Amino acid sequence: MIARPTMNVLLTGVGGQGVVLASFVLSRVAMSEGYDVKQSEVHGMAQRGGSVTSHFRFGDKVWSPLVPQGMADLLMAFEALEALRYANWLKPGGLLVYNALRINPSPVSAGLASYPADIDALIKAAWPNTQCVNANALAAQAGTVKAANVAMLGAISRALPFAAETWEAVLRKAVPPKTVDVNLDAFRLGAASAAAPAATCSTTS
Amino acid sequence: MTSKVETKEAVEILSGNEAIARGAWEAGVKLAAAYPGTPSTEILESLAEYEDVYCEWSPNEKVAMEVGIGASMAGGRALVCMKHVGLNVAADPFFSSAYVGLEAGMVVVSADDPGMHSSQDEQDNRNYAKFARVPLLEPSDSGEAKEFMVAAYDLSERFDTPVLFRTTTRTSHSQSLVKVGERVETAPVTQLKRNWTKYLMMPANAMVRHPIIEQRVRDLAVYAESSPFNRVEMGDPRVGIITSGAIYGYCREAVPGASFLKLGMTHPLPAKLIAGFRSRVEKLYVVEELDPFLEEAIRLLGIKLDGGKELNTLLGELNARYVAQSLAKAGVPGVNPELLTDLGPVAADLPGRPPTFCPGCSHRGIYVVLKKMKAFVSGDIGCYTMGALPPYNAVHCSTCMGASLSMAHGMTKVMEPLAEGAPVDIRNKPIGIIGDSTFFHSGITSLMDVVYNRGNTLNIIVDNSTTAMTGGQENPGTGKTLLGEPSETVDIPALCRAIGIKRVTTIDPYNLDEVERVLREELAANEPSVVIAGAPCVLQFKIRHPVYQIDSELCTGCKRCLQAGCGALNLYEDAAGDRKVEIMPDQCTGCGVCSQLCRENAITRPEPAEGRGS
Repeated sequence: MIARPTMNVLLTGVGGQGVVLASFVLSRVAMSEGYDVKQSEVHGMAQRGGSVTSHFRFGDKVWSPLVPQGMADLLMAFEALEALRYANWLKPGGLLVYNALRINPSPVSAGLASYPADIDALIKAAWPNTQCVNANALAAQAGTVKAANVAMLGAISRALPFAAETWEAVLRKAVPPKTVDVNLDAFRLGAASAAAPAATCSTTS
Repeated sequence: MTSKVETKEAVEILSGNEAIARGAWEAGVKLAAAYPGTPSTEILESLAEYEDVYCEWSPNEKVAMEVGIGASMAGGRALVCMKHVGLNVAADPFFSSAYVGLEAGMVVVSADDPGMHSSQDEQDNRNYAKFARVPLLEPSDSGEAKEFMVAAYDLSERFDTPVLFRTTTRTSHSQSLVKVGERVETAPVTQLKRNWTKYLMMPANAMVRHPIIEQRVRDLAVYAESSPFNRVEMGDPRVGIITSGAIYGYCREAVPGASFLKLGMTHPLPAKLIAGFRSRVEKLYVVEELDPFLEEAIRLLGIKLDGGKELNTLLGELNARYVAQSLAKAGVPGVNPELLTDLGPVAADLPGRPPTFCPGCSHRGIYVVLKKMKAFVSGDIGCYTMGALPPYNAVHCSTCMGASLSMAHGMTKVMEPLAEGAPVDIRNKPIGIIGDSTFFHSGITSLMDVVYNRGNTLNIIVDNSTTAMTGGQENPGTGKTLLGEPSETVDIPALCRAIGIKRVTTIDPYNLDEVERVLREELAANEPSVVIAGAPCVLQFKIRHPVYQIDSELCTGCKRCLQAGCGALNLYEDAAGDRKVEIMPDQCTGCGVCSQLCRENAITRPEPAEGRGS
């Protein structure tokens, strides 16, 4: 058997966006496919609008739960500013996928700091290998904007070596029973958007 | 170690905290007690979902520890959990529990927080094991957390000692694969045993116990030599690394080919095992987070080390990259070159994203008013500590759970008294502020002190009917237990009156005029007073009222509403280039605080319904 090296995925976003649920799904998909898995997040104050990061790693043997800085194969950012903030966690050739969504941090809401006006251009400049996803719009199209985290999972699914059936089986168990169809739709729309990126994708609040 | 079930179905992915709960359940634990505290909270939340285990949120960690000691003395296996600083609170019974030992196993989990993700310090609680003379276990991932927890109860009973089980944020809050097993049923408890020379710690008995405790440490050190918790993994004999906990994983990644002595039991240490490892490697390093706990103990054994704390840091968390760089700098061969590359530049001048009050939070109005009054506020531990952050900047000190009221009292006792008849100096009369759960934890005794010792401070209790910062746990004021049973609710105003507070006022924290009027009145009083700002947590109780909106014609862009520091408000430039504020309807919960700050009457609610606000 060929050794499968550890793949490193960093998820970033804002408390309340479902970063933790997305990590939960990723971990279980990888486990179902027979990988060793380690995942770590910092929560506790995460529901109060703070920055949230989650580390997800899988391979034949994963020793530690933290993605080393500069070694992420994939950065999955649920918010544009959090994409820019963590772009240098990617390794050369790594892929950045970000949700074209602006959520003001509290210093911006309080008028004490400003949100970068040209965020999409800044992200592209910082990391050329970038895909922009309108995850909130795709989720709304599926039925609820709350499924934006699952649309993001769809968008990155092609970059990971997991079977479509595994994603679906795990998602069915991970989301509330009443929302299974909406979430599966959001996932498919996310996956389709990655295959055929939208002509325009720019960050809005 | 316990038997492992080797079927694929019996592998689950669990967080370290869930794995600890699973291990306690498998070990036949009968009782678990804790006070919530990040990163320990989910242990009891998870264990409460299993049948056959009594679980409770105690009002504080000291009480939880005593409940656990009682259960263990009665003959039921007990688990007690807390964050690192919680063990300071519980230290008194913890030290005595080490003297008395137990009838049935007791494990004390201390979840430490290197890096202070959500704590006021980063003390290394491994020191408590040495200090209290108890064995110390440190799992490195969830799989070990479960295995170690089951084994900890056998260790506890074999050596008649409580076991300190130390995790960190990275073991508690990381998920990894766990082989799960079945529950071991322990004997039913039907009778209380009398053994007062062992269980009653008065000087005559304690003097008998102390030499037994010191012998126990020596016996444990012998056990450590062959304990399954410790193992040698020989690789490149040029480099030996002694490590423990999550750091083991970082070291395996940093120097993949090295030889390792991986310690799962880190007090007392196995002297012969370490000396033997020393003799098999050319250079020997200790890599550990925070204090040089292992290093100092190993050096005291007379074993030569080639590098320890001087290669890394006393501060914060380690990670694989940091470990690799520090060892490479020391000339260690075989360091993973991928971890030594230069990083790309960090995007400059990005606004930070600190945690803040949720839109609609009942604490917001209090801090808007306190800031306006330029009051000095003695704070406490909870969501309301965030009143110290911009734009409020309205909390001026905070040390530990329950300290707000007593620190304010201490301040007034050294300040010069006002001249007879002089008006109160609002800027220099400290106000204590404390949440409901923290008040129950250790604020009640502080308030008693204020009354008993003739203080005159204003004490605000922000009662949101939950333990909010840790995710909304029940407490003695919520009317419900951890197991979901209905319970009595502490009547806070009646409790304050019973203590001897004569001025007890309850206010609506969303009504800014009322908040300011009452606070000014109570500050002027020359006797202690309590103001209870009671309104349920919007996050926990999912409270939403009809949303407000801003009339862009009336908005002058003065930014006065932004003093509320609410995430639902957004400053923007309109097509004409004028500065305006808008309300994001999916964020707004209709609390009305911003509308009370607006002087232009631009913020209104289209359908004034029942509920909050003006």
